[in-house]
Amino acid sequence: MSTTTSTRTAAPNLPPPDLWHRVRHSDTSVAMLFLLPSLLGFVLFYLWPAIRGIWLSFTEFNLLRQTSSFIGLGNYQELVGDPLFWHSMRVTLLYVVINISIQTVLALAIAVMMDRLTQSVVVRGIMVLPWLIPQVVVGLLWLWMLDPSLGIVNEFLQAIGIPSQPFLGSPDQVIPALAGINIWRHTGYTALLLFAGLQTIPGDLYEAASVDGASEWKMFWRITMPLLRPVLALVLVITVVGSFQVFDVVHVATGGFGGTPGGPANASLVIYLYIFRQAFNFNNFGYAAAMATVLFVLLVGVAFIQMKLLRASQSDLA
Amino acid sequence: MRMTFRRRALAGLAALAVIVAACAGDDEPHVGVDEDPDLDTEVTLSYWLWDSNQLPAYEQCASDFTAESGIDIDFELFGWDDYWSNLTTQFTAGRAPDVFTNHLAFYPEFVESEVLIPLDDFIERDGVDMDQYFAGLADLWQGQDGQQYGLPKDWDTIALIYDEQQLEEAGLSPEDVNQATWNAEDGGSFEQLIARLTIDANGVRGDEDGFDADNVEVHGFGYYNPAEAAGQANWSGFARSIGFTHLADENPWGVDYQFDDPALAATLVWWREMIEAGYAAPLEAVQGLGPATLFETGDTALTVDGSWTVGTYTGLGREVGFAPLPEGPEGRWSMFNGLADSITINTDHPEEAWAWVRYLGSLDCQRIVGENAIVFPAIEEASEVAQQAYADLGVDVGAWTLYLEQETTFLFPVTDNFDRVNAEMAPAVEEILLGRADATERLEQVQSAVDGIMGSG
Repeated sequence: MSTTTSTRTAAPNLPPPDLWHRVRHSDTSVAMLFLLPSLLGFVLFYLWPAIRGIWLSFTEFNLLRQTSSFIGLGNYQELVGDPLFWHSMRVTLLYVVINISIQTVLALAIAVMMDRLTQSVVVRGIMVLPWLIPQVVVGLLWLWMLDPSLGIVNEFLQAIGIPSQPFLGSPDQVIPALAGINIWRHTGYTALLLFAGLQTIPGDLYEAASVDGASEWKMFWRITMPLLRPVLALVLVITVVGSFQVFDVVHVATGGFGGTPGGPANASLVIYLYIFRQAFNFNNFGYAAAMATVLFVLLVGVAFIQMKLLRASQSDLA
Repeated sequence: MRMTFRRRALAGLAALAVIVAACAGDDEPHVGVDEDPDLDTEVTLSYWLWDSNQLPAYEQCASDFTAESGIDIDFELFGWDDYWSNLTTQFTAGRAPDVFTNHLAFYPEFVESEVLIPLDDFIERDGVDMDQYFAGLADLWQGQDGQQYGLPKDWDTIALIYDEQQLEEAGLSPEDVNQATWNAEDGGSFEQLIARLTIDANGVRGDEDGFDADNVEVHGFGYYNPAEAAGQANWSGFARSIGFTHLADENPWGVDYQFDDPALAATLVWWREMIEAGYAAPLEAVQGLGPATLFETGDTALTVDGSWTVGTYTGLGREVGFAPLPEGPEGRWSMFNGLADSITINTDHPEEAWAWVRYLGSLDCQRIVGENAIVFPAIEEASEVAQQAYADLGVDVGAWTLYLEQETTFLFPVTDNFDRVNAEMAPAVEEILLGRADATERLEQVQSAVDGIMGSG
């Protein structure tokens, strides 16, 4: 292919290469052309709203009245002194820690087992099933299953002699319960991503190791983990960022049919829920935008630190 | 020094607001001045409501209205929570429905934001008789500016619903419920009643020896989620019967909330004691599935709920009875609330929208609603039709209408910033009922936060 094109451009009787030719024969330019449609989407639906959001965070913007006035850092000052903001940050952090730690360990265990034991497409298909269910349906499903009087989970607990638990109705249990719901939903999907990473590790490394008499446990820590590191880093960045943005399940499962989203007693008021409340219940769009901006900066920071610590861009497989 | 500056700034702001309002007034389409409007029969109006139970009745109204005027009505139905956030976003996008069912908890914000069309000119031109509605209902929809922002469509009160069979098995009679008394100290005969109706896993009743409060099969008392500032279908009637009122200055449009009133603390403490005693359904059960489902599954034998749910309870296929809320030292009280239809400024067809609102608020439509026996229409005559319709179904709704006869109703609190007040009150009630906060202290905290929101105190 490349030889034909080079002979053709070198032919003396052809006109000198025009712009189109240069674009066609440069990999970067072609790549740019292909990226253009998604770039348009990115600018229109991500970049512009983000810039507008940051601008709104410096204003007092009433959603309903459509009135806006520039107040500088006023929203940020208010935010620092808002106990509910700090409370919701703590709640979110607790949720993320429980969710990510358990989910990642489980997903890794499942991925390794799949890699070593089965390549079955059916098993892989079943793994992602919970992830395919819409968040709202997941919320409603678990709301019913965890119900203290009618839920099947409590029926089961009682059958094995454990007293009925309030789960979503208890300020202490609501965040672990919500984290549990999302662990159930995301573990399979995360496992599948890690599984794809495991497939890139050459099998002869394990063969060589077992010839040398290494145990499975040793192989996991000496071969699997180091070589999986870049994929694991990416998966962690995606899941941590996603976990910080939890909303739908909390809204549905704690709102219930008569509850308060974020309840009981604001115990599950995650940051997105508080942003939503300020923006759409109180019409304080500027204040909500300020919180969203803080969260944005925070998540950029978290992602950056994770990438750095886990050296995500370098692979030891080279 | 600082006060003066703030006052001056406020005065300046107020002056500015007047100017802005005056300017806005010039831009507004001059609705209602057309003495003899030609209605465009090709128009389709969008109309929103949240209660699916009421949809059939209003569809019937709409088909009659369309037959008469040629104007089509396009219904849209949303669940309660989605309804209000959708409405806000639609207002923002300038695409709010022409007409929508309005609620007192939300309309002050709409009035303040000037997104509703005042109906006064229309009412005056067409000579709508505002006295045909139950006393006080139309006044609720008068903004702070004295203008009318909705035509009343229905009213509701709060009462008790009980399972007749469970009552009989407990050895109680309907009179015991109807004549129950209540106070916050010992709970009166009402507490004995709900204790009697409560049964634990071993079949022991709440008022018998050996009752296991941690293992209750049937709770004697169910209620709608009380984590709210109005306490509409739960604590408000109880608290009122020992002297609590939401607003000390005035309602509608008061600013002086009274959440630190000891009567409210006492009511909520009693409520918590009932949950701890096992007589009342636990908060998490109520918040998860709601009172109607708990009653349906037999988890509660008696529950407090609003008159708009009568059909839900009678439709369960069990014998249910209704009784008014128990009588306290200050009498027997129910919150009185009503919905109205409002026209948004987003409408391109104010005349046609008004024609629909006028029809919704007319005897013709409200009679249809009454015949459907779902809610009590706002017009007295139509409300009587509803009572008859219930009676024809074998349902005695006297418990709900009693408050009107005895004039022992109090209004839903209509104030600015209700949503924010609600967000202060909801977690506080939850903490108190879960035993995580001292009622008096926590309500004092709410009070100071609410005073800050309302700019009073």
